[in-house]
Amino acid sequence: MPEPLLAISGLHAGYGETEILRGVGLTVAPGEIVAVLGSNGAGKSTLNRTISGVMRAVRGTIRFAEDAIERERPSAIVARGLIHVPEGRRIFPNMTVRENLDLGAYRRGRARRSDNMSKAFAIFPRLAERQGQRAGTLSGGEQQMLAIGRGLMAEPRLLILDEPSLGLSPLLVEELFALIKSINADGIALLLVEQNVVQSLEVAARAYILDNGRFVLEGSAADIRNDPTLKRTYLGM
Amino acid sequence: MLSPVILFPAVLNGLMTGAVYALVALGLTLIYGVLHIINFAHGALLTAAMFAAFFAHKLLGLDPYVAAVLLTPLFFVLGYGLQRFVIGPAAHGEDRNILLVTLGLAVVIENALLYAFRADTRTINLPYAFNVVEIGPAFLAVPRVVAFVVVIFVALALWLILRLTDTGKAIRAVAKEKLGAELSGIDVAHIYAVTFGLGTACLAIAACLLISTYYVNPQAGNAFVLIAFTIVVLGGMGSVAGALIGGLFVGVVESLSGLWLGESLGQIGIFVMFILVLLFRPSGLFGERA
Ligand SMILES: Nc1ncnc2c1ncn2[C@@H]1O[C@H](COP(=O)(O)OP(=O)(O)OP(=O)(O)O)[C@@H](O)[C@H]1O
Ligand SMILES: [Mg+2]
Repeated sequence: MPEPLLAISGLHAGYGETEILRGVGLTVAPGEIVAVLGSNGAGKSTLNRTISGVMRAVRGTIRFAEDAIERERPSAIVARGLIHVPEGRRIFPNMTVRENLDLGAYRRGRARRSDNMSKAFAIFPRLAERQGQRAGTLSGGEQQMLAIGRGLMAEPRLLILDEPSLGLSPLLVEELFALIKSINADGIALLLVEQNVVQSLEVAARAYILDNGRFVLEGSAADIRNDPTLKRTYLGM
Repeated sequence: MLSPVILFPAVLNGLMTGAVYALVALGLTLIYGVLHIINFAHGALLTAAMFAAFFAHKLLGLDPYVAAVLLTPLFFVLGYGLQRFVIGPAAHGEDRNILLVTLGLAVVIENALLYAFRADTRTINLPYAFNVVEIGPAFLAVPRVVAFVVVIFVALALWLILRLTDTGKAIRAVAKEKLGAELSGIDVAHIYAVTFGLGTACLAIAACLLISTYYVNPQAGNAFVLIAFTIVVLGGMGSVAGALIGGLFVGVVESLSGLWLGESLGQIGIFVMFILVLLFRPSGLFGERA
């Protein structure tokens, strides 16, 4: 078993007095796709925010490539190659597509930016066509591509995607999952938070089910796919 | 109607006054646009900068324009440090606290100045202060013409910094989408401090431009900042172009209402216009509609 790229244990976090995560543990191996599933309000985005450092852990440890990062600032965590593409895209609406992508590589040298940009444009030809357009005027699907493209500009070793398929047409959702596989084929590990349970379990190697701030189940994607009670209880299928 | 011979110089003079207003407003609007707070210490910091320019001349014999070259970076560092080490940490991320901290800072600075220099009003005498430039029927004081030119350059420089440099782009990113900026690896605490530093540096330049024709006492900055507040609102909160054009506009309004209502009532025109704009275009002349 190789050392995990991301290793979380005993993680507690919340907002003010309200504790949302109540002792969460999770690992992602290098190059692995791990899905985190759970109902609305389970705490999935809270987990992502705590990993990327925009929220402070109350207790517990987060290790990335064996270094403790739970006290680090988000900018330092990004520099390590742990990139979080947040829920709701959070692109810069007042800037062009190109400027958005450039800012994705903010922690990388100028020289690497144009390389990364060409790669991003190769993955998303649509973004290349619209590179001068203000990001706020892109369609929802294009904005999601831009958010992922901006994440890729940062040269992730681990990419966290928080509900990337939200608001996409079925056709685009298909494309998204194909993209996730191809990103992963380049050796990038992914932590995938999704409502699209079936497709997520198809691309992921392992999955965790989050309920009420705790993981109630973890296992290989195949096992979880075939667990009937689980489907009914936690995934509403 | 007044003849062009009177109107033309009044408009030009208004533009000159307005330029310095614009510079003060530029700092305020930049800080508002990025940190989303109204910096109540702006007036006190302007006063402090005016004292600095005054003593640079009095004690070191520095011409205000030379002093500007030194004071601008100094006040950038001061503003950076204030935000990074005082305002930011004291606020614990709550906007309401930031407001109170800047207000407290203003009180501290003003009282320190009052304690050190009493309420006395001071001026400096420069050999060229009463030289004039003649443009048609208008005679314009040299320091005011210099101020106008400098402000245009500063505004242009600021605009270019925001458009073209990495830090400038990061500032714009943080202004509109803080979480997205953080997750792109932008150090938000640093960007906040840089922005506050830029806003404070604007004040140092404004102080050096003002000191040749204006007096300084521990309240001197407040009059300008009150007008700057109206400009920030008129120009559209957070808009650099709005602050510049709004400032020039307000200068002309003041000058023309001075002409019609009498010198001492000139500023009434500003506030009447302010209320009218708020009534008919609440997001400001250049603001994005909410
Ligand atoms: N800023 C906040 N302040 C207070 N409570 C919050 C905040 N953000 C989230 N919460 C609460 O924390 C809980 C978990 O929220 P979170 O966003 O992590 O859920 P989620 O699993 O991502 O849900 P969804 O699938 O709807 O995105 C919710 O009950 C939510 O109301
Ligand atoms: Mg969520």
